[in-house]
Amino acid sequence: MTVRLRDVAEVIRSKNSGPYELTLDVIFRERAMYERFRDARLFTPELVARLYRIPVSQVLGVVAFDPAKAVKATIVRPVASGALGDRDVYGAQQHAPLLGLSFELDGPDAVPPGEAPPC
Amino acid sequence: MEPMRILSPTAILGYGFPDASLEEGMRRKPDLIAVDAGSSDPGPYYLGAGVSFTDRGGVKRDLERLLPGAIAAGIPLCIGSAGGSGGEPHLAWLLDIVREIAREHALRFRMAAIHAEIGPDAVRAADAAGRLHPLPPAPESSPAEIAATVRVVGQMGIEPFQRAIDAGAQVIVAGRAYDPAVFAAHAVRRGYDRGLALHLGKILECAAIAATPGSGSDCMLGTLDATGFTVETLSPARRCTELSVAAHTLYEKSDPTKLPGPGGTLDLTRTTFRQVADNAVRVEGSRFVPGPYRIKLEGVRSVGFRTVSIAGVRDPVLVGCIEETLAAVRERTFANLGALRQPSTLDFLVYGRDGVMGPLEPDDLRAGPLPREIGLVVDAVAPTQAEANTLCATARSMLLHYGYPGRISTAGNLAFPYSPSDFKAGEVFAFSLYHLIDVDDPCALFPMELEEVVGDAGIEEVAP
Repeated sequence: MTVRLRDVAEVIRSKNSGPYELTLDVIFRERAMYERFRDARLFTPELVARLYRIPVSQVLGVVAFDPAKAVKATIVRPVASGALGDRDVYGAQQHAPLLGLSFELDGPDAVPPGEAPPC
Repeated sequence: MEPMRILSPTAILGYGFPDASLEEGMRRKPDLIAVDAGSSDPGPYYLGAGVSFTDRGGVKRDLERLLPGAIAAGIPLCIGSAGGSGGEPHLAWLLDIVREIAREHALRFRMAAIHAEIGPDAVRAADAAGRLHPLPPAPESSPAEIAATVRVVGQMGIEPFQRAIDAGAQVIVAGRAYDPAVFAAHAVRRGYDRGLALHLGKILECAAIAATPGSGSDCMLGTLDATGFTVETLSPARRCTELSVAAHTLYEKSDPTKLPGPGGTLDLTRTTFRQVADNAVRVEGSRFVPGPYRIKLEGVRSVGFRTVSIAGVRDPVLVGCIEETLAAVRERTFANLGALRQPSTLDFLVYGRDGVMGPLEPDDLRAGPLPREIGLVVDAVAPTQAEANTLCATARSMLLHYGYPGRISTAGNLAFPYSPSDFKAGEVFAFSLYHLIDVDDPCALFPMELEEVVGDAGIEEVAP
């Protein structure tokens, strides 16, 4: 079954976590769907790295938080907040690559971002 | 243990709140009004330049309601991260507004001002003593970078606030503070559990952002007791739900279950969220795990002055070769100006291509259809404003008349929305210090002054 992330998530967002980190939140609508995603371990550091075209070492962590039916990934900002070359001081508009993600829920692998439908 | 009620009027002092929500909150007879007045989110400029990112009119509007309200109710008003960044000029700016309101409303109260700016000598001494630790992924700072840092603030914990309460202050205006401390200090002093008080503070610091629909400009009420706390909205337009409160715990944090702060870590591994009324959620199980007492420092250095020019491009030929054109204009700009003093940088932000995401943009727009139009920002940074003006103006005029291959439109390449076309953005700062500093005394870096504010008769100093 192919599931588009934006169809099953209530919130998809990005924000600074301090001036040097960017944190990405996905909050699911339904607990059952959240648990399937969580248990299938679909949201991985490798996926986030591929999606943002960064080395896996720049993904600081991917965690699930049951009370909020949420998964969250944190990456190192390529440029610190407000430094020369930064384009998003609050980091609030870096979530769009997540919107196009689709997952094959029965299989072990997520669909690579390049094959996802455009958002 | 009697429940303690804490009223959070707004996410950031100056963002506003409906009068009806504040009135509803005051009807619940709160024991404390506490409000966060700052954030490092707006970036390094405000700390460096010594100005607030909040507007004076908005801050005064909020305080004109909160200060007389707290004094009339005989309860404390506690404000943290004064003036947005919480340095010396920011604290002075907010104290001035408080005194102005006290005069205009003829209010009398004892006020504590708590400083949070850390002098360069203290930072150097801590570095030399091995008590300064970079907070990854922030880079290490060299002694040269520490020397170039123009302003440093430390995020105070609950103890400096408690010292001010012990001294009888009804109004506490503090420089940079750990956000939850403003809300938790009074409660912990009264004997409430530190983990619960800090977690409540963590939620209240953003006020109704933790409600649904969320808002940064509406009130929230927290009620703390021996085994947990309840948060509730004060406007019929919003509710707290299990999801809205739990989801807020994720906000701006890299790990939602372990939240490090001054003196230890807030552990939310066993926290539960339970709906107890249509607009209220009960939270239990949050724990404080004591650790080494460390204060987070934020420091910035100057990197020059900025001038920007904003323009649009609608010509499809230029849109199709914008990358090559900008590269050529950059090269010729630098060739024209000769030896520029360093550091001088010229950047072009291309909206419609990767203006928002830059290096993180996954879509290769050259592979897809061309955008119909693009927005351009010419961004020049140089050691002085005059040099930045020259760099920006040279690049802007060069681009306006640049003869790119295949050009049909020969009258000008840019649509300027404004006259003047160029804007001086002033001094530019960058974070240069994001470190933890070990302290033995949680109050040592945060000196306090007491003041008897007598709104109808000037101010009398009292000894600390």
